[in-house]
Parts: sequence; structure tokens; C-alpha cells
Amino acid sequence: MDYDPDNLFRDDEEDPEGEFFQERESSKEFVVYLIDARPEMLAQDAGKSESHFHAANRCITESLKTLIINRDYDEVAICFFNTKEKKNMQDLDSVYVFNVPEREELDRPTARLIKEFSHIEEKFLTKIGSRNGIIPMTRENSLYNAIWVSQGLLRRGSSKNVDKRILLFTNEDDPFRHVDGATKSDMIRTTLQRAKDVQDLSISIELFPMCRPGTEFNTYKFYAELLGLEGEELSEFLPLAAEKIEDMVDQLKKRIFKKRVIRRMAFLIHDDMWIELNSYALIRPTSPGVITWLDSVSNTQLKSERSFICADTGTLLQEPMERFHLHKNEIVRFSLEELSEVKRISSVPLFLLGFKPTDCLKDYHNLKPSTFLYPSDEEIDGSTCIFVALYRAMLKYQRFALAFFGSSTHPQLVALVAQDDMIRNGVQLEPPGMHMIYLPYCNDIRSIEELQNHDSDTIPRATDDQIEKAMAVMKKLDLKEFSISQFANPALQRHYALLQVLALGDDVDELPEINDETLPDEEGMRRPGVVNALEGFKAAVYGENHDAEEAALEATKSGGEASKKRKAETAVKEAANYNWDDLAESGKLKDLTMPELKNYLAAHNLPVTGKKDALISRILTHLGK
Amino acid sequence: MLQEALVFLLDVSPSMHNLLPDVSKLCHMIIERKFFDNKSDEVAVVLFGTQDTNNELEKEVGGYEHVVVVRAIKVIADDIFEVLSDLPRGTTPGDFLDAIVVGMDLLIKKFGPTNKGKKRLCLVTNAQHPIKEPDEGTKDDQIDALCEQLKAHGMKLECIVARGKFTGVADKRIVNENDYLLSRFSGKGIARTVFVEDRASLLGAIQTRTVSPVTIFRGDLELSNVMKIKVWVYKKSVVERFPTLKKYSDKAPPNSKFSTHEVKVDFEYKSKDNPNNIVPPEQRIRGYRYGPQVVPISSAELEALKFKPEKGIKLLGFTNASNIRRHQYMRDTYVFIPEPGNRKAILAVSTMARAMKNANKVSILRCVWRQGQGNVVVGVLTPNLSSSDNIPDSFYFNILPFAEDVREFHFPSFNKLPLSRQPNEKQQGAADNLVKMLDLVPSGKGEALRPEVTPNPVLEVHDLFTLYYLR
Repeated sequence: MDYDPDNLFRDDEEDPEGEFFQERESSKEFVVYLIDARPEMLAQDAGKSESHFHAANRCITESLKTLIINRDYDEVAICFFNTKEKKNMQDLDSVYVFNVPEREELDRPTARLIKEFSHIEEKFLTKIGSRNGIIPMTRENSLYNAIWVSQGLLRRGSSKNVDKRILLFTNEDDPFRHVDGATKSDMIRTTLQRAKDVQDLSISIELFPMCRPGTEFNTYKFYAELLGLEGEELSEFLPLAAEKIEDMVDQLKKRIFKKRVIRRMAFLIHDDMWIELNSYALIRPTSPGVITWLDSVSNTQLKSERSFICADTGTLLQEPMERFHLHKNEIVRFSLEELSEVKRISSVPLFLLGFKPTDCLKDYHNLKPSTFLYPSDEEIDGSTCIFVALYRAMLKYQRFALAFFGSSTHPQLVALVAQDDMIRNGVQLEPPGMHMIYLPYCNDIRSIEELQNHDSDTIPRATDDQIEKAMAVMKKLDLKEFSISQFANPALQRHYALLQVLALGDDVDELPEINDETLPDEEGMRRPGVVNALEGFKAAVYGENHDAEEAALEATKSGGEASKKRKAETAVKEAANYNWDDLAESGKLKDLTMPELKNYLAAHNLPVTGKKDALISRILTHLGK
Repeated sequence: MLQEALVFLLDVSPSMHNLLPDVSKLCHMIIERKFFDNKSDEVAVVLFGTQDTNNELEKEVGGYEHVVVVRAIKVIADDIFEVLSDLPRGTTPGDFLDAIVVGMDLLIKKFGPTNKGKKRLCLVTNAQHPIKEPDEGTKDDQIDALCEQLKAHGMKLECIVARGKFTGVADKRIVNENDYLLSRFSGKGIARTVFVEDRASLLGAIQTRTVSPVTIFRGDLELSNVMKIKVWVYKKSVVERFPTLKKYSDKAPPNSKFSTHEVKVDFEYKSKDNPNNIVPPEQRIRGYRYGPQVVPISSAELEALKFKPEKGIKLLGFTNASNIRRHQYMRDTYVFIPEPGNRKAILAVSTMARAMKNANKVSILRCVWRQGQGNVVVGVLTPNLSSSDNIPDSFYFNILPFAEDVREFHFPSFNKLPLSRQPNEKQQGAADNLVKMLDLVPSGKGEALRPEVTPNPVLEVHDLFTLYYLR
């Protein structure tokens, strides 16, 4: 069987608009992960097995794994501060830049970096060591040093086409608490100045504050000023105060990737009332990465070249600019411009048609992942205000907006569904805004339910008693805390693990088993309560003797196998009427009918499916011609 | 090979006159689409409500007046456009039952019992004129007899009934009786009746392209090891593509009738260092980027080491419908129907669907459609209760994202925006009004721009465009 790598992770259809699923990310990123290594970071709470240090490292490892597959042009550096050992270009104390061989300090992540970093804790204390932060009696300012080293790491690349970020992970909201007087004010002043210099170089500093339950990370104490947060921004800055370390990890993960706008667009509300929206891809299928073809002998990269050849004359052509359709032997030609003209229905990117109650949006009104819309006042002032007013009205009246989305590849109707801000335990579960859902046209909807011809009297409907039994099953098998994204994609995890093993040159026998989280909970299913409920439901809809009846049905089917055997025998008999070798030699196989050809195939236990040509070639192969 | 035989039964009685341009356009669209996809289809056109009479039944047995067969069943050709562009304005009230009989007669005479399931009658009428009493028995008996015939010959009937503002002055009693008669057809499961109230939905009332759907999966929906339900899974929504056109070669001899004008596209793989070195396909190996490295993996290696789940549909559990949000649906939708003819399966699906609906629950499934498939999908199953006696209950299934597919970004809450960027009371009032005024589902009237009846303008325009070139 021909094996199609591109479809490895798709079901059975090709991707209609490849570019829709790929984020258009023009700029690349240089990131320094700056991790506080004070003893308080490494400390484990009684009963809690995970330290803040470990949680931060886990988030970073996960984001590195994502980067290495999907954004291999991004460069990263990992830097600890408040360490015993020092390792950095400026030779500053208390700062340790972590790296592995065959790699610059700021470079693309490699398999080895990820592997060693994910195991760093085992030898961190012996190799790198932890020490207290800023303490009295020394002039040592580790935070200042850390920012300076990070700046040094990010010296390459122009800020025009590279986003430079320093991600600072710490659980200390007041780094200068142990010093006082002139030393303190002096240290604070120089640190703030250093941070400002960094920001003036278009390097952003982002804080990932962590804190213990019951305590609060007070941004005002020091970091608000360092980050340059003011008024509105400060109110938007949610401290990572979470009850559970898991929730905190979730929040870290949310912020570790830069929010990228896929498109800025204008939305026509009415007459000449326009507002400005940014669209974001919050949900998109992750692919196993791009395939690069290699020469298997030299392992060097190949480039593909496409050429167009005239089928009639064999002449090499320039890329043809015309398409045609054969209609009754008459060629109808179209130019590419004409074709794109046909698809251009509207020059307005998005315009409002009206509103409908939310129950008009059916479950099958879906074709591809939705796109998230959030207003922006950058070019059209007042956009946010209008957007929020519509959004609130839609939530109030339970309406969604129907709009026309004039994309150049597939203009279509879209539903704009207002999503209320959902926050639980300080974690934003759903951001406020509107989700754009791409709607099908009638051409895209199939009336499958009506396909089968049924007489109304042959269709049983559930009785209340039966429904009760099904309700009992539902109670037993309730997934209370279900949320999407609780499952990792096992195929993708397996693929990544394989890549990592191969990239490190390890033996594939060491490939770790992937835990398939998508399998049902077999143990839970065997609990007596669950089994009883299921048995009750089964007896109610299938009757008590279902299994026996099924077995009987199975038996008749095996009777069908007997008839299959009979058929095969007839086929052998029928096939014996021809001299197949002669027919094949003289090329007369094509004069036989399909049933005649199938007799031969059936007699020799070969597949009987396919077109006539396929059957003939199968026979020829079998005859060894 | 015959794909489909289609008979248009078009009402041209006086009350239909203002609608005829749209009817003609609807038929055009269907035929044009067939030009692209099914050139060997055969089409007939029958008009009723005409002044004249011309059909074989009238000659053979009498009756069937004011029904004209303007085009007998034959392969699509240009002449059909002339027929459709120039629909005569009739002068008599149309009897759609007569027309159906004449249409069936055409199909039976041409094909007999062959081509089951590929014969379609498409009736367009406003059904507001009285139907003649039959010579013997009642109208109900007559329709039941017709249904038997339709079923025996594997014919389908689609009725498009213009209502709402299309109805002029009409006798309510007659309209109601006709609606009842039409529903008797659909009650038998061989006919489909669509009521249309505006131009757009008229044009969207018929699938311009007929696809014979294939199952994605047939087998057990496993609630557990002990409880399984036999289901068939189909796609419910699929994007219909723009028809593919071939690349045109202008280098072929222009006037030779042997010229195909086709273009072959060749791909060659060359090594980057040495462009003269063409690498044959068997020497190529797939490489995946992993940071700065490109990791080569042979097909055999990948095949041996990839994730290989077992085929099957397994229930993970039930959850509150509110735990799944609409925007989390990832792709086109599937429909799970109970195995046809299997009463137990029909009942089990119905029970589960109704219980889910009652409790406002959905179920979460893990599906592997085929053996050998390299991935699994996790998705949400929602109940679809049938509103018709002859259609079993079913489920819709939508794929949900995996953890890797979700990018969770934080967006500031609107309530925390400075007041200057939030709407004031007056502005909010205006927005409330807009949402109420621009109502696409006004009470008492149907829903406007319903996806089920809204055709894709690109496909429509494209067809007209083709026609322009053909003329």
C-alpha cells in the first residue's frame, strides 16, 4: 500500500485550505528564560511534591517541545540566577547560562537541550547550586546581573524582524527586602535603570510571578515599576495566584507563547459604521511538522522542481495561466483572473447581516475550527466601545450575529457567537470576545438522516421506562470535570517521542511507551454499579435474550460463509472453462466480461474489486506475465 | 453508465407566473451542475397547468389534461436550456397529482424496474389548486398506490412548494388539503417536501449536485464491553469544492482534433548542492525538522513505530452539555445513524438520544474509523431527535481539540476596561435596538438565510459563467 505521509494525522480528506491552518507568523522570536534559583524556589511544601522551580522548568520544557517542532527558527537561551556557580560571558556572579554542546548560548532548541534541561533538577544542586538572593553586607545584585546577562544574550538580530523577550520566573515579589538604607535605594535605582535600558532596546521583560497558597505576589512592591506597568495595564495584569500548582502551571503555559494576531480586519456593522477587529487562532490542529525530502544516501536536503509539460507535444511550458473544462468535446477556457473574479463576491472583508437566536446554530453547522475576534482601537477609534455594546446585547438577548466573511479563497457565511468571560479560581477559562464559526451552505449539508426508506411503523421510539434506564447509565458515567484539551494527542506524542529518540541518535528500542489518555477508564467501567446500570439499559432496549439472539444471528451468517464457499467452488468451475494463458498472451482478456474476469480472481482467492483494467492487470500479475 | 434520471414537474398555472423566472433559474442551476459532474445524466421536463395537453397517458387511457411533456427523457444537451429559458405561461389551474403520474409513467416506460434509486421526480408548485377526485377510491388510496409504485421502482419524489408571500389569493381549504396530500407522500418515506418562502430558499431547495454518501464507519458504538449499539457513520457537512479544471496547454496544435491540450506536471527532486543530480523517488527519504536537525525516517520505520490504535468507537463518558462550547468544534460534522433495518439499534439510539436530551447531556467518544489509521479523534456526540415518524433518531458528532491544538491566551475582561472605552447607557440602548431590529428570524415568518437552503454564490456564479462561455 502506498503510504502517504502528509495524511498521517488526518482522517481521510485533504486539507481544503492549507494556509488557513498555518498561522502566518512572519517574525521570529528570541527568548531568554530567566529562572530564579533561590532556595525558596526549590523548596517543596510539605505534602506537595512540586517546587516552583520544578513547575517553571516543566512549563519551559513543554514550550521548548512545541517550539522545536513548530517554530524551529525561534532561538532560546536558558539562564538561572541566584546560583552558586557562575557561567556567563560577562563573568558576573550568581548567573548561570545553561547550555549543551554543539549549540550557541542563544540558539535554536536542540533535542539534547530539551533532554538535559528536563533532567536538570537531578544534578542542579551539585553542579550549579542555589544561593540566597540579595543579602545585606554584599554589594552583589543578582537581579541586576541577570538582566544584564540576558541583554547580552539578546544582542544579536535587529529588533525590526525579531521579537526579543525575557521571561522572568520568580516567587519573590520584593527582591530587595533584606537590604535597607542607601544600599537598597541604590540597588533599586540601578536595577530599574538596567531594565529600562533593556526595554529601550525593544526587548520586553515579562514576569511569571509564582506564589505559595495564602500569600500574594504583590506586583506593586517592585515589579510594577520594573515592567513599566501603568494604570490600565496594571489592572489587566492578573497575578498568578492559584490554589493549586497545576492551575499555576496552566497559567504559565497560557502566557509563555506570544499572542499573535492572524489578521486585522474591518467589520462593517451598518451603512458606514466600521469597527476594527483582530483575529486569533485559539484552536488549530497541530501537525507533525513539515516534511523535508532527503537523499537517503547522503542525507542531504533535496529541493523539488516542478515542470509543466504539454501532454500532446512534450514541450516544456511556462506555468499555464489558463484552465479548461471539456464540454462535449468542446474546450471551454478560463483565465486565472476570470476564475478569481468569480470567487470575489464581496470586497468587504466582514459585514453584518443580522441576528438570530442561538438555537438556530445547529450542531452540524460547522466546517473548520473557529477564529477568535477581539476589538482593537488602533486604527478605528471607538471600535472597542461598539464591539462591547453589541457583545453585551447579544449575550442579553441570546443571539448570535450572522455575517458574511469575504475571504478570497472561500467566501462564506459566519456566525459570530459572543463568549462571556469565564474565570474560575482566578484562571481565565474562556476569554471574552466573539468566536467566528464558519457556516456551511446548503451545498455542503447532506440529508443523511432521510437517506434510508423507513415505514413509520418500523421505527420504535424509546419509552419513558427505557429512558430512565439510560439516565441511570449517564449518572454512573458522568465526567464532571470534563474540559477539552485534557487529552494529549497520542499519535502526535508518539511521533514527537520518535523524533526525539532519533534526533539524539538513541536506539529506537528505547522509545518510551506513550500513555494513550484517550482510552476509556476500563477499571471504572468494571465497577459493579456501572455494570449494573449498563446491564439494566441493555435489557430494557434489547430484551433479556439479546446475546443469545445475536449468537443465533451470527450462526446464520456463518451459514453465509458456507454459501461463500459454494460460490468459490462455482467460480473455480467457471474459470476452468477458459484457457487463461492463451487469453493473456493474445491480449484477449479485455474482451471478457467483468463477471468472467471475477470468476478467475475468485477461484484464485484474489480481490475482485476495482475497474476492469485493474482486474486484468491483477490476472496478468497472477499469471506471471 | 447512467448516473441519474431526473424529471422536472413544473407548475406553470397562472398563479405561478411571477415565480417562473426563478423556477427556470433553479432548473438551470441543476442542469449546469450536471454538465460538470454527471454529463451522462438524463433529464425530462413536464409542465402542468398548460393550455395544451401532450402526454402519452392521455393518448392511451384519457384524462391527464393540461400536462405537456416538453422534453422526453434523454441525455442532457443544449436543447434543454431552450426549453427551460422559455417556459410558457399556462392558463389552467395545475393538478400536481396528474403531473406526478405522467412523470412516473415516463420513468417506468424508459427504465422499468432498473436503475433503482437513481430516478428522481422534482415537483415545483404552489399547490393551491384543487386536485381532481379519482375515478375510484379516495385521493388517499390513490396516493398510497402511487407510493407503492414509487417504492417498487426505486423512484424518489422531491416537492418544492412555494408558500408565504408567493401565495397569492388562495382558498385556504384547498391549500390545507394539498398540504395534507403532500405530507402523505413524505409520510411513506419516499418523498421530501420543502416549503420555500423567498427566492434564496427556492434556489437552495434542491441539492444541485447529488452525491451518494459513503459510510465512514459501520460497527459498534461501544458503551462498554457488554453494551454495544450498531451504528453507521456518515459525514453530515462537507465543503463542496469548486469544480476542478484542467491546466490548458497552448502549445498543442490548435486545430487538430487529436489535441488534448492537457498539461502534465512533473516533479523532480534535486540535491541542493548539486542541481544536476536528480534523485530518483526510491532514493528519497522523508525528513522531519527537529530544531536545527532534520531527522530522516524511512517509510518502513515510520510504519513500524507509529501509533497504531485499534478500530472502534468507544464511549468515555457523559458530561453536561455546557462543558463543551460551540466554538470548540474542530471540523466538519458526522452523523451517527442506527444500523438501517435493525430495530434494536434504532431503539437503543432513540433511548440514549432522548435520555441525553432530557438531562441536557452530551457524550464524549473516542473514535478510530478504520483499522490501520494512524490517529484517533475525541469528540462530542449530541442527540438529534427526529421530528418525523419515518426517520429514526440519530446523533451528530463533532471532533474536539487535543491539548496540543489549543492556544490559550489571556484577554482582558471588558468590565475592566476604562469607562471611556466601554459603552454608555445610550450607546448600549442603541446596540440593544440594533440586535432586536436586525432580526433574521422575525416571529411568524421563517428563518432567513438558513444554511440548509442558502446556496453557495460562488458555485452558482460559476455555473452561469460557464454558460456564458458556452453560448
